[in-house]
Amino acid sequence: MPLAISLLGSVGLLSLSIVAAIIGRLRLATSVVYLASFGLSLGLFANAALALLRSDLAVTLILPFGLPWIGAHFRMDALASFFLVVINFGGAAASLYAVGYGRHEETPSRVLPFFAAFLAGMNLVLLSDDAFTFLLSWEFMSLMSWALVMAHHRAPDNARAGYVYLLMASLGTFALLLAFGLLAGPAGGYGFDAIRASHAAAPYTTLVLVLALLGAGSKAGLVPLHAWLPLAHPAAPSHVSALMSGVMTKVAVYAFIRIVFDLVGPLEWWWGLLVIVLGGVTALMGVLYALFETDIKRVLAYSTVENIGFIFVGLGLSLAFAAGHFAAAAIVAFVAALLHVLNHSLFKSLLFFGAGAVQTATGERDMERLGGLIHRMPMTALAMLGGAAAISALPPFNGFVSEWMTFQAILLSPQLPQWGLKLVVPAVGALLALSVTLAAACFVRFYGIVFLSRPRSAAAAAAGETDRISQTVMLALAGLCLLAGILPGYIADAMTPATQALFNGHMPRQSSIAWLSLVPISKARSSYNGMLVFFFIAASASMAAYGVHRLSSRVTRRAPIWDCGFPDPSPLVQYTAGSFSQPIRRVFGTLLFRAREQVKMPPPGEMAPAQFSVRLNDIIWNTLYLPVAEGVRLATDRLNILQFLTIRSYLSLVFGALVALLLVVALWR
Amino acid sequence: MALIRDLAVQGAEMLLVLILAPLVTGVVRKFKARLLRRVGPPLIQPYRELARLLRKEVVLADNASWLFRAAPYLIFAATWVAAALVPTFAVGLVFSWSADLIAIVALLGSARFFLALAGMDVGTSFGGIGSSREVMIASLAEPAMIMIIFALALLAGSTQLSTIAAYMLSPHVGLRVTLAMALVAIIMVGIAENARVPIDNPTTHLELTMVHEAMVLEYSGRHLALIELSAELKLLLYLSLIACVFLPWGLAPPGAGWSAYALGASSYVAKLMAGAIALAFFETAIAKMRVFRIPGFLGAALMLGLLGTLFLFVSRGGL
Repeated sequence: MPLAISLLGSVGLLSLSIVAAIIGRLRLATSVVYLASFGLSLGLFANAALALLRSDLAVTLILPFGLPWIGAHFRMDALASFFLVVINFGGAAASLYAVGYGRHEETPSRVLPFFAAFLAGMNLVLLSDDAFTFLLSWEFMSLMSWALVMAHHRAPDNARAGYVYLLMASLGTFALLLAFGLLAGPAGGYGFDAIRASHAAAPYTTLVLVLALLGAGSKAGLVPLHAWLPLAHPAAPSHVSALMSGVMTKVAVYAFIRIVFDLVGPLEWWWGLLVIVLGGVTALMGVLYALFETDIKRVLAYSTVENIGFIFVGLGLSLAFAAGHFAAAAIVAFVAALLHVLNHSLFKSLLFFGAGAVQTATGERDMERLGGLIHRMPMTALAMLGGAAAISALPPFNGFVSEWMTFQAILLSPQLPQWGLKLVVPAVGALLALSVTLAAACFVRFYGIVFLSRPRSAAAAAAGETDRISQTVMLALAGLCLLAGILPGYIADAMTPATQALFNGHMPRQSSIAWLSLVPISKARSSYNGMLVFFFIAASASMAAYGVHRLSSRVTRRAPIWDCGFPDPSPLVQYTAGSFSQPIRRVFGTLLFRAREQVKMPPPGEMAPAQFSVRLNDIIWNTLYLPVAEGVRLATDRLNILQFLTIRSYLSLVFGALVALLLVVALWR
Repeated sequence: MALIRDLAVQGAEMLLVLILAPLVTGVVRKFKARLLRRVGPPLIQPYRELARLLRKEVVLADNASWLFRAAPYLIFAATWVAAALVPTFAVGLVFSWSADLIAIVALLGSARFFLALAGMDVGTSFGGIGSSREVMIASLAEPAMIMIIFALALLAGSTQLSTIAAYMLSPHVGLRVTLAMALVAIIMVGIAENARVPIDNPTTHLELTMVHEAMVLEYSGRHLALIELSAELKLLLYLSLIACVFLPWGLAPPGAGWSAYALGASSYVAKLMAGAIALAFFETAIAKMRVFRIPGFLGAALMLGLLGTLFLFVSRGGL
């Protein structure tokens, strides 16, 4: 029953997209379409959440389309339901936000149809239960999001962003296609149940893992496949950026889990090692990129890369534990990763909504031209403070809970017998600890430069608060970030069916633990109670406020800025985004980014201004992508002669190719 | 009855840290002055300063936001909660299970987050320089602290501070290389986190060397009093943490009698004084570093913590 509702809802979204294409030019279309997609997403969310709570799951439905000898298989198991909850909640939030935000859209007919179709595509990926339907939905989702990235195709960098995205998306789909081909084997059993029943042989499974990392990892933004993400996510309208960063990357995480945890079969321990290292490197590189970036939406996109790294470390630990048959530890790591999936979708959507509000209010995305928005956009600033605190993993917000769980999983890993893991896991733990604190630094910088300090441009000084609907959505999301941090036990419990299906076990039931603490293993080992921490902070802050106001002078006087006696009225003397990250750039950037600073001082007596320039070297782009692009260019240059041959040469080429192919077939047999 | 006594012990600990915090700072200042052959301020000078600040009016910059006014309360609350979760004279605090050592460090991280934001609120170059350097220092000190926690947690089999302290009191613990490394690393982190020499100078008024002082430059009156008190609490917290993990002798076991509590309290005060005096000696003996030497200092702490953890990963089968 839930499956049928989910499918009907997806079909509803698809038909909504057709309706939107027809009425897209009408004035009312924006509100109507977004309200409808809000309703549909909310329904799909409720349906998946109910299914997850009632464990009313794992029904298969075969519809008579798709490949003739397979049909289209759909299934909704616990894992898919959890991701459906995440995705449809994000979709509902983005739709509601867009009811307000979408009014500023100049070309709604370029956004509306694709928005609904994009939501439908993501739902279908999660529901599909055979390789063909999966790939079809995956590609549909990619193309729809590409169309949304290209919605403002005349903006200078967007065409390039769309091009890079299209290339990386095709690479990813290609890798997944090959992975499923290997999984299905020569018999061609493309249904997931057939794949589960027949395990591929050992060398092929490793290849499947690598292909899954390429395919799902490129969509999720694993370093070094992240290059498209900071280009494409910011290029789309902000509610779509929120969907792509907060939600679509989670579909990629789902694909990875589905293939590696569910379909492949027996696990090898060193797969875990590979995924852990990739995740750790992704986390650190992502946050460093974010720290050196000044475009607000690109900062958020790079921070998505960091969080994906965090999720993959959890998944890698879970793989390593599962391969060593430490089920309890594998479950802790897996639940930590899934918690972070949910948490990241909450706060990253919120942050992108806020960035959209800032962009509409000021027309600026460059941090160096913003500032002081807390005075002019108080509600947005309040909500964004919650988002920044959550993503910086501050207790009692939700980001801390998943960080804490991941650290607990790392602390379980000395029991792993392999030396490689013993040596690498603590080092990755250090990488994660580094990236968590750097993320806090990144969001101090983000919030401090954009919302605090004095306005750095006329546009920022004249900004106005965003519309009521957007404010409500952002405040609600900030409240949910707090709520998920206070009551994480209920969320962890909701994953019980998923861990039961994958690992045949579950964590201790959290909602029955006294005071609703979070206890991953046992109480003597570790426990965390977000509710009490929140209560303690609130109580001691109010006690301090009460005490101070009783004891102290209550006189408050406003005066000009003091600044050690030498205030400069120009906002130019403030710290900028670039200068804020300069110490960190010195510490980490010289090695990893070959950052070079150059100061040009005019000789004494000359009146010319001094000049300061920083050069950052994106090592991954320069060493991985540029050579490939250059190689393709060279090859096409060489092959260009094929364009200008005579008909005889073409015919002989065709003949030669045919003979060669036949020879290959003959030798193969 | 037992619950009431536990709550009383917890309340006593919370009040004790609040009362002792300025005294520790006073002792450090007094001993530093004596080492420099000055008379130095009386021990109760920090209390007088707090009282004076509370009596003064607050002068807010024209463009200070509500966050600037709310931050001192949040910073104080987070620091106080963190300090209350560290066992001082008795282990087995009644709420010790609500937050483990990782959460305590994260609470201090929350306090720093708001302090750094407050430094940027008014939009001065001093506030910016302070915040920027503070997050750079934290970005190395906090991972080092997490690594130390990993090492301790792997030894004791728990991240709960009370359990770690109980383990350190038990006869199972011997001399270990990891413990020595963790002790050195935690002292280095503590120095950096509390803005002491050689990382930062708490008494400096030379603008370019300020980190902590630069961030709080625009604060005055009761707000400044709260921030000063939070800084003093944080110093006390690190001293208590080191005392509770590495010098756990005298800590009253859970459910002990009043005499054990009295013994615990007196040994706690003695440990604090010893720590404060040691800090004064250290600060007098060493010169402040250039800002860009700090990463080397904290990187060493991080590596010590990581090495200590690695030793445990390599030497132990599991928990």
